[in-house]
Amino acid sequence: MLTLQNIYKTFEGKPVLTDVNLNVPKGATHALIGSSGSGKTTLLRITLGLIPFDKGYVKINDHALLSFTPVEWADRIGYVPQDGGLFPHISGFENVSLIAKLRGWNKQKIESRVEELRKLVGLEAQLLAQFPFELSGGQQQRVAIMRAAMMDPQVMLLDEPMAALDPLIRRSLQQELKSIFQSLGKTVLLVTHDLGEAVFLAEQITLLHEGKIMQTGTYRDLLKKPADPFVTAFINAQRTLPEAAEVA
Amino acid sequence: MRRMRLRGCRDGVKPAAAVGLLLAALSLQPAPLFAADQIVVGSKAFTEGYVLGEIAAQTVESATKGPVSRKLGMGSTGIVFEALKSGAIDVYSDYTGTLTEAILKRPDLKSIDEIQRALLGMGLVMSGPLGFDDTYALAVKESFAQKNDLHSISDLSKVEARIRAAFSYEFMDRQDGFQGMVAAYKLHLAPQRINRMEHSLTFQAIDDGAVDLIDLYSTDAKIEKSKLRVLKDDRGYFPVYQAVWVARSAFTEQHPRAWAALLSLQGAISEQAMIGMNAQADIQHVSFAKIAAQFLGSDAPRSQSLKSNILQRTREHLWLVGIALLFSVLVGMPLGLIAVRFHAAGQGILIASALIQTVPSLALLCFLIPLFGVGMRPALAALCMYSLLPVVLNTFTGIRGVDPKHVENARAFGMTRRQVLLRIVLPLASPTILAGIKTATIVSIGTATLAALVGAGGYGAPIVSGLSLNDVPTILTGAIPAALMALIAYGLFELIGLVLIPAGLRKHS
Repeated sequence: MLTLQNIYKTFEGKPVLTDVNLNVPKGATHALIGSSGSGKTTLLRITLGLIPFDKGYVKINDHALLSFTPVEWADRIGYVPQDGGLFPHISGFENVSLIAKLRGWNKQKIESRVEELRKLVGLEAQLLAQFPFELSGGQQQRVAIMRAAMMDPQVMLLDEPMAALDPLIRRSLQQELKSIFQSLGKTVLLVTHDLGEAVFLAEQITLLHEGKIMQTGTYRDLLKKPADPFVTAFINAQRTLPEAAEVA
Repeated sequence: MRRMRLRGCRDGVKPAAAVGLLLAALSLQPAPLFAADQIVVGSKAFTEGYVLGEIAAQTVESATKGPVSRKLGMGSTGIVFEALKSGAIDVYSDYTGTLTEAILKRPDLKSIDEIQRALLGMGLVMSGPLGFDDTYALAVKESFAQKNDLHSISDLSKVEARIRAAFSYEFMDRQDGFQGMVAAYKLHLAPQRINRMEHSLTFQAIDDGAVDLIDLYSTDAKIEKSKLRVLKDDRGYFPVYQAVWVARSAFTEQHPRAWAALLSLQGAISEQAMIGMNAQADIQHVSFAKIAAQFLGSDAPRSQSLKSNILQRTREHLWLVGIALLFSVLVGMPLGLIAVRFHAAGQGILIASALIQTVPSLALLCFLIPLFGVGMRPALAALCMYSLLPVVLNTFTGIRGVDPKHVENARAFGMTRRQVLLRIVLPLASPTILAGIKTATIVSIGTATLAALVGAGGYGAPIVSGLSLNDVPTILTGAIPAALMALIAYGLFELIGLVLIPAGLRKHS
């Protein structure tokens, strides 16, 4: 379970996040959605323990971030950066196993864990020997998910996982991501600006605007019971294509 | 070039000195000035200097029956004189005019006595004249002289508007050189027709008909070879330059027998003999050792074969470049890292290492002699300083060029600062850093040829002596191996790149 409780953050005197509360139950997939400048990237970095915040708590299973060392915290959160964020100089396998190696895992343990994850994300074995630039966007994304899951974290954090992919690949990877999340059984927080992606992957959606949470709920809640006119405006703005019926 | 003195040496080097001192102090342990067991003979880098240096060395050898170390072909009057004062060499040959003009800066001193007294105040001893004068002179092609009816410097006024000249740097800059001469003769040479160039190359220029007029020395062997007519100094403008030995007082006291043997050569070298020896070296390419031995009536010391000579030069050169390389990596990379980490210090480091690069190498060597003596040490210090910039700058640029998102991601994965540096940042920056080290190495291989000017040997030794003799084959015995070494270094770095640069980055390009 991932909990963000009364988070406040100011930057150079200006509030960036104001009283942010978010709760992702164990095993659930939650989407944090907002346009650029909404504060979602700041919230992501706070959750990863990369930057300090002014007030509030970040907790995993009721244990606060500040009670852990950075290394301990990092092993509890598997992070998938935007576009996968693979290190370009090492192979897919080395990307996946880097942290385990630094933690002193033996070769056998590393290999069996990598193999387990490889099957889970459905990546061909020989692709792991390749360098990131030799892999397609979707393949890179899978390697990045393997890397995030390697240390068996309690929470997975994904930053705009589909942003760089072309629409067709996106569609099929979304399907797979959903099943990967299900088989991993992890608590997942997904940060995105794309409502469609959020709706497809997550049960619950939190809409962030100017550092404040506008509403948390299912897509249906947001659509039918908007807590603020902005929620409706945001949803309408994302529906860029007219419905088939309207065209006809 | 012959009596080159580098007036700027002591004045010009001061601003750079602070920077240089800082890095030199970092770079090498303070060097004891010299181990005084062996007698060291120095010389300037021109034919007559080499010949006289070899004569001195063999004379001392036969007087003391001990080995003598030769630091022949040192860059300039400034360098040789600094070396003498600091005790890095014991004795060398110079000219009275150079001593008064360039070193004592007392053109009023005329007699041998006066000069000896002035030098004694600096802890130096000067012998009496060796027997020949070597004076500045102007020369034109014999054919040109006949066509224009030129016999004396005064006659130049007939052709002053159109004559093309090539003068050595030293002649142009000396008080008693070009400026004084045109004033004394009221000549109006067209400034755009005057070329300043390396002395030994002026002969090439006049041979090729590129210029009509050059400055030279009255004992020069090339006068006859190039069919030149020396113009008479009809107003007696040029001072007389008598060749003498200059030695440290301490040396004359510790080695009275050696000094006495050198003094026995006073008045023994006639102008004819000197011209003959210069000609043997310049034109017939007889080795200096052989020429000196002939003159002294003794057997020439066994000369090295070309192969063992090149091998020795290679060892010296490799040593110079290797140490400089090691230094540039061990000091330059951390400095580059500091520059990334601390902005203000970083700017300071980058500017300082760039400033070092702007100090002319001769001036830097000249400044380093009082600190490090002559030989390997000042050469190494200079090379180390010169090789810093490419490594510091490329380390800085390479690390700054690493996408910050990789650093942030690595931290999010729980990597420590050290792990981020070693596993992510340095590998990603490695192509740029390695390119800097490669640049430093290849530049060092070239710059190390200047080390010969302070007696450090290496491939520069044949280049310097070949240049002074205008002897292309000799130059090539230094220049070709140096070029080969640079090529091999280039190839080696390509191989090192295959090992050190992560494959994921190599295939990228």
